[in-house]
Amino acid sequence: MRERTAKLRAQWRKIWGQRRFRIAIVAALTLFAIVLPYFFQTGSTFTYDMVTALAYVVMALGLNIVVGFAGLLDLGYVAFFAIGAYTIGWLGSGFFAYINNQKGIHVGVTGLAATLPGIHLNFILVVIAAVGFTALAGIIIGLPTLRLRGDYIAIVTLAFGEIIHDVAVNGINIHLGANATLTAGRQGITPIDPISLPGGQPFDPLNLRPWYWVALGMVALVLFVNVRLRDSRLGRAWVALREDEVAAASMGVPLVKTKLMAYATGAAFGGMAGAFIGSFLNTVNADQFEFSFSIFVLAMVILGGLGSIWGVVLGAILLSFINTWLIPQVLNSVPSKIGLNFDLTQLSYGIFGFLLVVMMVLRPQGLLPERRHELEMVEHVGITGTDMFEETV
Amino acid sequence: MSELGTPAPDSAAARLRDEVPPTDALLLTLNLSKSFGGLHAVSEVTFWIPERGIVSIIGPNGAGKTTFFNMLTGLYRPTTGTVTYRGTDITALRPDRITALGVARTFQNIRLFGTMTALENVLVGEHARMKAGLIGSILRTPGVRREEKAVREKAREVLEYVGLPPRVHGMRAVNLSYGDQRRVEIARALASDPQLLLLDEPTAGMNADESARLVGFVRRLRDERNVTILLIEHDMKVVMSLSERVTVLDHGEKIAEGEPRMVAAEPRVVEAYLGKRGAES
Repeated sequence: MRERTAKLRAQWRKIWGQRRFRIAIVAALTLFAIVLPYFFQTGSTFTYDMVTALAYVVMALGLNIVVGFAGLLDLGYVAFFAIGAYTIGWLGSGFFAYINNQKGIHVGVTGLAATLPGIHLNFILVVIAAVGFTALAGIIIGLPTLRLRGDYIAIVTLAFGEIIHDVAVNGINIHLGANATLTAGRQGITPIDPISLPGGQPFDPLNLRPWYWVALGMVALVLFVNVRLRDSRLGRAWVALREDEVAAASMGVPLVKTKLMAYATGAAFGGMAGAFIGSFLNTVNADQFEFSFSIFVLAMVILGGLGSIWGVVLGAILLSFINTWLIPQVLNSVPSKIGLNFDLTQLSYGIFGFLLVVMMVLRPQGLLPERRHELEMVEHVGITGTDMFEETV
Repeated sequence: MSELGTPAPDSAAARLRDEVPPTDALLLTLNLSKSFGGLHAVSEVTFWIPERGIVSIIGPNGAGKTTFFNMLTGLYRPTTGTVTYRGTDITALRPDRITALGVARTFQNIRLFGTMTALENVLVGEHARMKAGLIGSILRTPGVRREEKAVREKAREVLEYVGLPPRVHGMRAVNLSYGDQRRVEIARALASDPQLLLLDEPTAGMNADESARLVGFVRRLRDERNVTILLIEHDMKVVMSLSERVTVLDHGEKIAEGEPRMVAAEPRVVEAYLGKRGAES
């Protein structure tokens, strides 16, 4: 059995190794992804779930750079989702209604948004701002944190995520001048401007196809960046410091700077996805930014396979659909059918946790493992201790 | 540095203390010490390496040799003392900065990146000599492309220089034989274009034949590439045939220094290795 899978795998690698075949597969997949919404109604639940899944793919691929490539366990990734979402809350809604004598600031927006008070920037500008804010936040939190190693990074990032969540909840009491607060707390900032691309009309909330394509475009961009970085000087440095920080530093890799680049890039994608989700859900609410969300995204990365770009895409889509479709739509009534009085959705995170445990026992390297991590986790290669380091780095 | 009024011209220790380091040394340490809590791993070691020299540090296990190495390469911060390289103070500089200045090393227990191929390991060694940044790597600009091509060519060249044929360049480090892993580690260090190469027990685990070949290789390295060599070594045959100068550490202190043959005859050295009774018999 094992021999046969090894043989199949070798064959698969041979086929996959051919450039022409790879291009054909990617082209077919891309085409399929582009035309997919035409098979469904413009406002179908499936398209809605698909848009959500794609936004999660962007986030998971961002986290994959931090956890998968550079090996930094980040348990506070939700912070960047929050900062990205608040960027569109601030720059793409009527939230700051009193700004500019209640006339508002408008840049590159058309339709209803162009007439409302508050700051209304074009979605592209908002995304650029979100990327900038989150990358900056990543650097600010990263600079002191990334000098630490291993578990300490996990603990500090976890705390950072919680701090951002608390700021989001209590931001309603943080006053910026006379008529504005930092956030709208649990009430949420709503409505948020729908996406409008430069020169175009704002997207219709009932026609989900354009939303889908924008999300797909973001996924393509993030995939591109992931692939390019993986095969670069920086990508090699990440693998090196993940496996042995002492050796990496001794070979000329500046640890803090290299880790910061991973952290800031991952953060930027979290922010990008956050801005998109803010607009898509039409609200930016402090309750979205719970700790459990960090774990949710991390679970996507682990389920798919740490460091494996295509695995993470698969993991994100799978978990997203388990969350938005399988549990609430298909299995939700199961407990009541067997005489129990609760909804299965209440157990969502328990189910994700269970899935992770099963995964760790049966297939710790993930669904579509990356070869390096597979060696590390299954054959225990690499990952040397960081025994002889001191205060120097 | 010797105290006034204690003239002991005959004692070897005093002679060591009175020696004035040359000003044109490639690397120079002055009174370098390292303590871990109450343990003095290295104390007051003044030491230098002449340019294009081959110098060895020997000493019994636990004498502080590797600790000394780790201070030179920035992994440990010295408790007191200074390290000067080419006239610049590099004491407690970050390891990557020291590598960028031209000091490379290998490790006693091979520390290759196991899941990376031999070639990729060497490419990491070239990190300090490369420029590609985040944005450049994403856009893969013509400059980045050119650089990547050049470093790959150089990596292959270095791998062949240490004696690894092209067919193993693509093999993962874990799958290489022990001897080849040692070679890759040296190639990785050489990839950063060092002027000073620190080898921490390079012949550990090698048989006599392999050790002899390594001796030849290290000489070639110095003669062909102008690399200055500092080694920690246990194999006395290697030390004697290779070194121009030997420094002996014991309990963290420098107890002897000089030409290999002279040092080997020094009673304190024999004592350090064999114990007092062994030395007497």
